[in-house]
Amino acid sequence: MTSTTTRPPRYLGDNPRFLAGLFMSPAVIYIIALVGFPFVLAIIYAFTDISTGNPDLEFVGWATFRRVLADPVFRGALWNTFLFAVLANVLVVILATALAEILIRDFKGKWLVRFLVLLPWVAPVSLATITWLWTLDSIFSPIDWVLRQVGVITENVYWLGRPGTAMTSVIAVQAWRIVPLAAVIVLAGLIAIPKDINDAVAVDGAGFWRKMFQVTIPLLAPIIAVAVLFGVILTISDMSVVYVLTRGGPTNSTQVLSTWAFIKGIEGGALAQGAAVALFLLPVLIGITAVVLRLARRREVL
Amino acid sequence: MTDTTTWAETDVGALQRQADRRHRWGRIGLYSGATLFAFLAAFPFSWALISMFKQSNDLYVKENNPFWFNEAPTLEHLRLLFLETNYLTFIRNTVLVGLAVTAITLAISLPAAYALARLRLRWGERMGIAIFLVYLIPPTLLFIPMTRVITSLGLQESLLSLILVYPTITIPISSWLLMGFFKGIPMDIEEQAMVDGHSRMGAIARVVLPLMFPGIIAVVVFAFTLSSHEFIYALAFNKSSAVKTIATGVPTELVRGDVFFWQSLQGAVIMIAVPIALLFNAFLDRFISGFTMGAVKG
Repeated sequence: MTSTTTRPPRYLGDNPRFLAGLFMSPAVIYIIALVGFPFVLAIIYAFTDISTGNPDLEFVGWATFRRVLADPVFRGALWNTFLFAVLANVLVVILATALAEILIRDFKGKWLVRFLVLLPWVAPVSLATITWLWTLDSIFSPIDWVLRQVGVITENVYWLGRPGTAMTSVIAVQAWRIVPLAAVIVLAGLIAIPKDINDAVAVDGAGFWRKMFQVTIPLLAPIIAVAVLFGVILTISDMSVVYVLTRGGPTNSTQVLSTWAFIKGIEGGALAQGAAVALFLLPVLIGITAVVLRLARRREVL
Repeated sequence: MTDTTTWAETDVGALQRQADRRHRWGRIGLYSGATLFAFLAAFPFSWALISMFKQSNDLYVKENNPFWFNEAPTLEHLRLLFLETNYLTFIRNTVLVGLAVTAITLAISLPAAYALARLRLRWGERMGIAIFLVYLIPPTLLFIPMTRVITSLGLQESLLSLILVYPTITIPISSWLLMGFFKGIPMDIEEQAMVDGHSRMGAIARVVLPLMFPGIIAVVVFAFTLSSHEFIYALAFNKSSAVKTIATGVPTELVRGDVFFWQSLQGAVIMIAVPIALLFNAFLDRFISGFTMGAVKG
């Protein structure tokens, strides 16, 4: 019997270094070419005045940023993005934790509940949002019909036509859409809690709420952080909900950075301004990256 | 002796009753919570489901009960959707893009995930985290320069633009998922195959890949769904209806000016959302296990 460990590799593919290079390079090349390069380009664009009419890269320093910042619509969009992200994610954390606590248990009809609860997340965003566009219709909204029958209102609410209700609607629909994903992430965390901890808690006779706040939530904190991370990225970067529901209206009151970048950069052709608007997302993303790296270093999650 | 037994029995009885009471309230809470969540999640879809079968002279009467068929239900709006709009073209485009993107995603992320999980690279762990970070860069940040890149490649107004760009969204998350699945396969199995005379590639192809089947299926479902959801690139690159996907075609083409074809629109949504949700429901446990397996320290 010859030792297998000392035998030299018979095939090129047996050399780990060669294999690593072979296996990693397509992914690395793809990502550098189609994420890295456009990313650098986005930063370069913001310091030029490039537009679809004038595609030359002429550097203008901070002039594009100054123009963007001087626009009151942009300042509104910046504030709205912050507000939407915070409020939607507060809702998401509360609802997703509750939903995960339900989904980890066994009950009759669980299959159906799971199917219905997943719908908002698995349907394409723009299509799921269309069902809300119709549900919040100015004349035929079934919500308004119920409210009229009960006698709460006499005139329709006109959900998407007034700034206050339009903002509430956009935030609620964002949360509605993200809760299933966040719940699945929290559910994964719940499953990972060792069973003996639950047994110990049961033996000690702790009730539901006590167990919830003193055992489950502290143990879940890291995974809830991951859910929030995804939630924040989705709320600040996804434009489909706002674009389909209100296109930023009425009178730009629900405008966010992503829709404003699209309207300026693609629909208006002001590429430099669009790129500059989108770049305001970068500080938040860098902050999130820092959190991820910390979590990864602690190796608790990820 | 007798005393202690009685004492113990009463105590157990009381505890049992307390536990039963808690259990009963727990069940009530559980069922009402589950019902409430199901209602909130499905409400707009149920309204869409009813609307798609309603006649216009029923739907567009403000005082009619919206949750009831005041006139006989009709299939007219579905006929209109399938035969007189580009809905089928959008579906075909979405499937074509989804298949191509899934194939590219697997071809690129399977080897990358294998290398990260198995080859003990010096930079392996950092590389893994770097790939995860790429996932955090949203299309919102990239779509403006990307539109220029696509235009300069001459790919605008074609499905190729989407096929080229969507893997940037699917590769990072797929590599991460597959890495977890690779870590779940014991190294011994592969080493045994190599001892038995297979090359490393042979061992991967014959022994490891068949065991990876659940992970590959998970990635197929995931990549396909992500590419059918994508909105911002599809809206920015392609404006003619022949190359739109469901995500951009349905919201833009079933509205003529200010006239919304509401019943057909809702039908278009239901016909897509329900099959995808069924598929996901079937694979949910696998996604959860994939997500947690990615967390296995390695």
